[in-house]
Amino acid sequence: MQLMEGEKEKILSSVDEVLSNSSKKKENLITILQKVQAKLGYLPALAMEKIADGINVPAADVYGLATFYNQFRLNPPGDHQVKVCLGTACYMVGGDITLESFERRMDIKEGETTPDRRYSLERVACVGCCTMAPVVVVDDEVEGKVTPTRVDGIMLELESKNGKAESKDDPGENQVTHQKEGEQE
Amino acid sequence: MSGSGSEKIYSKLYEQAKAKVEPKESKARVLVGTATCGVSAGALKIKEDFEREIKEKDLDADVVEVGCIGHCYAEPMAVIAKPGFPPVCYGYLDEGLVHRLVEDFLGGDDPSYEYALAALERNDVFPTFEDFPRGVYEQKLILENCGFIDVRDIESYIVREGYSALSKALAGKPAEVLEEIKAANLRGRGGAGFPAGIKWEACLNGGADERYVICNADEGDPGAFMDRSILESDPHLVIEGMILCAYAIGAHKGYLYIRAEYPRAVRHVQEAINQAREKGLLGSSIMDTEFAFDLDIFQGSGAFVCGEATALVNSMEGKMGMPESRPPRLASKGFRGKPTILNNVKTFAYVPFIINRGADWFKGIGTDHSPGTAVFSLVGKVANTGLVEVPMGTTLRQLIYEVGDGLPNEKEFKAVQIGGPSGGCLPESALDVPIDFDSLHEAGAIMGSGGLVVMDEDDCMVAVARYFLEFTQHESCGKCTFCRLGTKHMLDILNDITMGEGDEETLSLLKELAEDVRDGSLCNLGKTAPNPVLTTLEYFYDEYRAHIEEGRCPALVCRNLILYYIEPPKCSKLCNVCVGSCPTEAIFTRDDGLKEIDQEKCVKCANCLKACPPEYNAIVKISPPVLPPEKEKKTK
Repeated sequence: MQLMEGEKEKILSSVDEVLSNSSKKKENLITILQKVQAKLGYLPALAMEKIADGINVPAADVYGLATFYNQFRLNPPGDHQVKVCLGTACYMVGGDITLESFERRMDIKEGETTPDRRYSLERVACVGCCTMAPVVVVDDEVEGKVTPTRVDGIMLELESKNGKAESKDDPGENQVTHQKEGEQE
Repeated sequence: MSGSGSEKIYSKLYEQAKAKVEPKESKARVLVGTATCGVSAGALKIKEDFEREIKEKDLDADVVEVGCIGHCYAEPMAVIAKPGFPPVCYGYLDEGLVHRLVEDFLGGDDPSYEYALAALERNDVFPTFEDFPRGVYEQKLILENCGFIDVRDIESYIVREGYSALSKALAGKPAEVLEEIKAANLRGRGGAGFPAGIKWEACLNGGADERYVICNADEGDPGAFMDRSILESDPHLVIEGMILCAYAIGAHKGYLYIRAEYPRAVRHVQEAINQAREKGLLGSSIMDTEFAFDLDIFQGSGAFVCGEATALVNSMEGKMGMPESRPPRLASKGFRGKPTILNNVKTFAYVPFIINRGADWFKGIGTDHSPGTAVFSLVGKVANTGLVEVPMGTTLRQLIYEVGDGLPNEKEFKAVQIGGPSGGCLPESALDVPIDFDSLHEAGAIMGSGGLVVMDEDDCMVAVARYFLEFTQHESCGKCTFCRLGTKHMLDILNDITMGEGDEETLSLLKELAEDVRDGSLCNLGKTAPNPVLTTLEYFYDEYRAHIEEGRCPALVCRNLILYYIEPPKCSKLCNVCVGSCPTEAIFTRDDGLKEIDQEKCVKCANCLKACPPEYNAIVKISPPVLPPEKEKKTK
């Protein structure tokens, strides 16, 4: 994925900051990757190379770890993140159909981000509310019983949020931060 | 070691906690269940609503966050404890109900029993959870405190005799703890059921100057959430169990390996560790004795295979989580090459109870060879989903029909999937199998970590086997050829079958491959990955045959083998609901007013089926996907 303007500097400074605050042992590699991802939202190739240099291991080892564990993402998250649950309960009531509908609407596959970085789509194993299956998590908000028609509704909501965000000092963004505060309490 | 010292310290801690907690508990309190299940159903908003309403009415009541109460079907839920009334639990909360409860119960004197689920203490007015049919079978032990203690307050745990087992143990010798655990025959709750006492003894005798205690909370099974609930709802119980284990084997450092996907669990455990350190329950001289032990959290990064002992240790050392051949077992050569104890969350949670109440008491619960209780997350097509704890030896039938209250919508029971992706699907005929480590193994399933998914007539067993295999195939670490390539090939075959392709030979090839993968894999992920396929082949062979021989999916699930069809005599012609519901514009109105589905465009999402008003009910699924003759006449 193409780096955005000013992103390279941000990547380099974040990696430097994390590396200077942790002991440069191979044992800490996973923790370092977790910290970098927490800062950047994902692990760009450049960051992985820098980390490899920093703790003196081959870049392939870092890439190996990043691809081995599900937690690490190699694509930047979109402004709006959609996670479709495909746990057992959700799968049995058609979670895969919901996922397909999102793929069709966003024109990307699961695990990818739209080129304008507006949306990213992921599948997750289980968000722990099997009674509301099939479940979709949109920007940290859980939606239960999501049918393909509801997918259209969700996409419309997100698009109208985007429209507002562009025209005014984004109220959509405020809403998202508000939810995150609630979650942290 | 000053024996009586620890007990003196404990009684001081207890008095302090009591002095702090009692005034809190003597006034009205609202306990909101805010484990992840509750939060995803909107519990945080309910909590805010309670706080706002109480403030507006200027009432003297506290709102407390507690963990999982275990009745997930009724989330979001809360317990209101008001002096003079039994504590009452309310489910299915929303803003209006919160308003009413605050006004009538907290403000007035009407507990609004019409909205209550149950009371929590015996009383003359309203039934308790024990009066539910499930109450007869349930026996809460490690879930006892879940949902009733303030998860962010160590004192709330201490007043319920928390850490008393530790003070008792510290007053005696480490060997006494080990003897008690061995005598209790506590079997590991991670799935395999290896006796914890024998493992601990091996570690103690493993030589070396340093030993480690690790708690395995890398719960990766889709459909299982017991470990998460315990860590979120009662973290100190697990911590106390770990300290006791460390004392028994002489370890000074421990880790909790928790999935990073469980942020609430990580946060609650971290807070609990900090509070325990402040109280001198972790650190250099625990309860003023010479015993030193400290805990840290390691956040796992989400790889199912890391639940396997050797893979978990590798991932803690910053490597890819690949399993290694055993022996040497972890108890002799584990984390950083030192003897290591790795037990499941639930295993540690039993330890304080056994120390407090004795091995004989523990053996009195459950069966001879599997003493104690079993914790399950009951999900799928069952009326009362949730977290349940029953004594070992309870049958699956009791668990599903009595505790879970049977299947909803009067559907026919088909199978129960037990043990997650490593377990198997058991049919109706196996429902009288008692739940314990050995009986389940004989039936072809495993105890596993305790996920229990109930399936009804609308679930296709081929699709279910395919789903679990897709999961294990994706999670295979790639070390062993059979697991890496064999599961892939099995998945290809199952994909073909769900599309109606294959013959008798395909099925025998599938069975052969499944056995090879089982025999040719190093770790339990590969060894058990074929279980869902093997059990469905054994118990539901006819369903496989219907797919390949007739091109028919009996449960009407496999999308390549069904089609949606609007029955002309039933269609109202005047309503356009199905047309509007279709996400791909596949439904159109014919010249004669009837609706029809363009099969080319249809993605088989079942939207129209749900949308069609019940008075018409005109849309049906057809398998095999051949259109009825009168329809074909029209198109010709």
